[in-house]
Amino acid sequence: MAAASVEEIKLEDIPVDDIDFSDLEKEFQVESDVNFDNFVVVDGAPIAPESKVPILSKVLGKLFSQAGKVVDINLPLDEAKKSTKGYLFVEFDSAVSAKKAIKMLNGKKLDVKHRLLVNSLSDMDKFGSESFENEFKEPKLPDFQPTDYLKSWLQDEQGRDQFVLHKNDVIGVFWNRNTQQPDNAVEPRSNWSNTTVKFSPKGTYLFSYHDQGVASWGGKKFERLRRYFHPQTKALDVSPTEKYLVTLSPEPISVPENAPEDFPFGPESNGHQLCVWDVATGVSVKTFALPPAQALHWPMIKWSFDDKYCARLGPNALAVYDVENNFELLGGKIIKIENIMNFSFAPAGVKLAVNRNNELSSVLAFWTPESNNQSCKATIMEIPTRRVLRTVNLVQVSDVSLIWQEQAEYLCVKVDRHTKSGKTFFTNLEICKLTEKDVPVEKVELKELAFRFAWEPTGQRFVTLSRTEVVDDNPSIPKNVITFFAPELKEKNSKDDSQKWRACATVSGKFSNTISWCPSGRFVLVATLVTPDTRKADFEFFDLDYTGEKNDNTRDDVAAKVKSIAHPDFYGATDLSWDPSGRFLAVWSSAVKHKLENGYKVFNVTGEVVREELIENFKNFVWRPRPASLLTNAERKKVRKNLREWSAQFDESDAMQADSALRELILLRRSLMEEWSNYRDDITNGMKQEYNYEIFDFIETSAVDEEFEVVEEIKEEILEEKEEQVDSFEDA
Amino acid sequence: MRPILLKGHERSLTQVKFNREGDLIFSCAKDSVASVWYAINGERLGTFEGHQGTIWSIDVDRFTQYAVTGSADFSIKLWDVQTGQNVYTWKTKTPVRRVEFSPSGDKFLAVLDGVMGYPGSVTVYDLPRSNETQKLSQEPSAEPAFDILTHEGFEIASVAAWSFQDRFIAVGHKDGRVSKYDGATGEFIDALELHTQSVSDIQFSPDGTYFITSSRDSDAKLVDIETLEVLKTYETDCPLNSACITPIKQFVILGGGQDAKDVTTTSSREGKFEARLYHKIFQDEIGRVKGHFGPLNCVAVSPQGTSYASGGEDGFVRLHHFDKSYFDFKYDVEKSAEAQKHMQGLESSA
Repeated sequence: MAAASVEEIKLEDIPVDDIDFSDLEKEFQVESDVNFDNFVVVDGAPIAPESKVPILSKVLGKLFSQAGKVVDINLPLDEAKKSTKGYLFVEFDSAVSAKKAIKMLNGKKLDVKHRLLVNSLSDMDKFGSESFENEFKEPKLPDFQPTDYLKSWLQDEQGRDQFVLHKNDVIGVFWNRNTQQPDNAVEPRSNWSNTTVKFSPKGTYLFSYHDQGVASWGGKKFERLRRYFHPQTKALDVSPTEKYLVTLSPEPISVPENAPEDFPFGPESNGHQLCVWDVATGVSVKTFALPPAQALHWPMIKWSFDDKYCARLGPNALAVYDVENNFELLGGKIIKIENIMNFSFAPAGVKLAVNRNNELSSVLAFWTPESNNQSCKATIMEIPTRRVLRTVNLVQVSDVSLIWQEQAEYLCVKVDRHTKSGKTFFTNLEICKLTEKDVPVEKVELKELAFRFAWEPTGQRFVTLSRTEVVDDNPSIPKNVITFFAPELKEKNSKDDSQKWRACATVSGKFSNTISWCPSGRFVLVATLVTPDTRKADFEFFDLDYTGEKNDNTRDDVAAKVKSIAHPDFYGATDLSWDPSGRFLAVWSSAVKHKLENGYKVFNVTGEVVREELIENFKNFVWRPRPASLLTNAERKKVRKNLREWSAQFDESDAMQADSALRELILLRRSLMEEWSNYRDDITNGMKQEYNYEIFDFIETSAVDEEFEVVEEIKEEILEEKEEQVDSFEDA
Repeated sequence: MRPILLKGHERSLTQVKFNREGDLIFSCAKDSVASVWYAINGERLGTFEGHQGTIWSIDVDRFTQYAVTGSADFSIKLWDVQTGQNVYTWKTKTPVRRVEFSPSGDKFLAVLDGVMGYPGSVTVYDLPRSNETQKLSQEPSAEPAFDILTHEGFEIASVAAWSFQDRFIAVGHKDGRVSKYDGATGEFIDALELHTQSVSDIQFSPDGTYFITSSRDSDAKLVDIETLEVLKTYETDCPLNSACITPIKQFVILGGGQDAKDVTTTSSREGKFEARLYHKIFQDEIGRVKGHFGPLNCVAVSPQGTSYASGGEDGFVRLHHFDKSYFDFKYDVEKSAEAQKHMQGLESSA
């Protein structure tokens, strides 16, 4: 029975789970030389029939060997369907290669239908394990923090502008009140910013620099809106529509291992120095490493007029990013341009002749110098199509600058050229007319080297500053020449469509180094500002539509009448800036650049001092920009037509501002006026109802012309009548 | 403003008036001859001769058909303006201080002095006219339509004027009161104590809905005829003899000066013999017009608001055509209000 009982013991009956194998497991533990870190799991591969397996594995092998040496590829087969299962395992020789493969090839598009998803095998463990939280946890949204109305300053009843004054370490925002002491828009703050402050292009935000990064301020009381954590930020720039902020810090970003949840950067940003932020939310949207060995040109990221694209200059390439598509490279790759030197976007949308329906195109221009088999050229390209609109070939070039007219109707390619000997320099202006068919180019040749060029913001005229070549290089002899250019007036019915620019006036013997157009056009200031090699500042206001009798024109067949209208003094001036409306020009002497006569002066367009203040240790003056006017051209015309009516109202409000007693009086008179007109209205109604009588204010006599006739009476009065007997000649 | 001097009267002026079209000026003086002048150049058109004493008052109807004069010789005379002929004469009990046609021209009022036991009255006469020619259709009645005898407790009337539609008569009294009567029946309606001294003139606005009074107490007041509410007060520093409301511009013109009996003892500058322009609504003095060397007894402005005339104690009428600066003058408040109105007009038309 004993034997039988032994036989009866069946293996299945032994409760395996109850046996403790831990000692055995420990003893026979095999140290696996299989490192799972070397494996990647690839999903999303094509499902191929068995016959195609060798080709597929060859293709995939080639692809993955980009990342490192592939040891093995395992393509599991579906026995039933006789085809691959769409996933595979790839073994690399090292964990580093596997990681590289994940980084390189995860999300790689094989073809239209297939997109590879590459993960490490250990990820499978991590995400596949039961301890991994599968449930979606809603991220915590920060509480909504209401901000002031950010455009409140535009609702000022008197439409005043704001400006920032910076002295010592105190920065204040003020309301401009013309001749009177400016009003505080907000209590001046000390140490508001480490260096200076900067407004966004439309004036909505004010940015300050701090050790930890940048902060934005806005609303009625200039409360802090957002912080942008980017330590030691040295430069910042805001995109044209104020959506994005770009900061640059010399310190590379280092992301700590256990970064707190609110740390703005992910691990991919390690070592980057350039950061793009969403201004409104304060979230970092993209970071960039600096291209190696390249001179820094700020801004390093340039934006299209509508913020849809931005671009960065790289070595031999231009990287254009599609902002709306998560800052992906446009078309997935950079644009290779051999030796590209510089580029810029058109500051406004361009109405290209080929565009239908008045669409606006984003356009950029760049230039490349002469190289082995290429001549120097400037290229105009439409984005995102990357269609080249025009190439301008240039020879004997020493430098090129691209200067857009503010409305992007014209691009001036300023070409500084040298003679064959390389001894003398001169400038050619190649003016591209972007709105015309095929973008024609008009060439203006100058005899001298123009070192400044400025378009009239709203027009077609421009001013250049050039330097005459003189043998005597004594620096105390003024050599600069101001030249005014305007389009030639065409005879009526002329069939010649081409537009030619002519120099219409010149002023020579100047030290001038700055051209500053009034933002609304017509007036231009040509100034000498104090720089390390210029001691004395000098200003000259010019009117290009002078209505008086004598102007400074040298020719009359152009659309300009130039006249120097004012020549105010401010010897220590280092900077200048027009207010956004173009009515005032602020000129200041910053203690940062010059130690004497610090302070500011505000001039009107005719060069009269409106207000001046000498302030010790005065540093900076910043006008708050304004968004573009919403008035249409027709509405503007209407305003111009009714200028008298408008100015009557403004005169009154100016008078009220100037004197509080007068203000009382004006208010009293207003109420009296209203009282009287109410009285008359009441009477009108009362008389009508009670007596059927229409009241009136004076009696017109319509009959005058019809019923009267002019009678001319001529009265002849005979003063004296005398009869005299004259002796007859014959009688005598 | 270059004045035109109308020389023709030999004694101090008592009243000047423009006709409705503003092309003729009617004037009367203490010398018993009334004159008619061309407003455009100040040339005399003719005279009305026939009174035996001072003509205190003159008026012309709205058709410039007839003129009426009231005199110290106890008579009222009706004149044909075209021929200068005396058409009719009413005998009165006392001297006539003021005459005025009603706006319709169908009747006129006369203010009769309260002397020789007569209590003084405002008396209204009818003028029967043809509707087409506006000429008298029959001999007017020698008897008045009605008499408004001086109200008990009031001093006698010094001046009186018609409101719109002949509806009311506003009467200024020697005691500074202004009273209001029904223009059809002469029934007393209301009165108010307006001035502290004699009311020297009452002139209505062009549409006859409010009037200005001047007084020897140096004030002029703007009063609504319907409610007798005082709308504005213009304070000056000299006794006033006359006041008028300018059409087009929101001004009033006040005239006066030192009493006639003090004139010989004061220089013209101290005598304040100037016409004063006040802003009707703001009540500020805007300017003065010098020229007379005696007090201004009467001022009148053309219904078109383009010229005004003043008659002085000195025997001259000074006629002023307003120049451009007069029409251009505006307060900032007015300019901006006009501008706003203009803008609104544009907006609503757009």
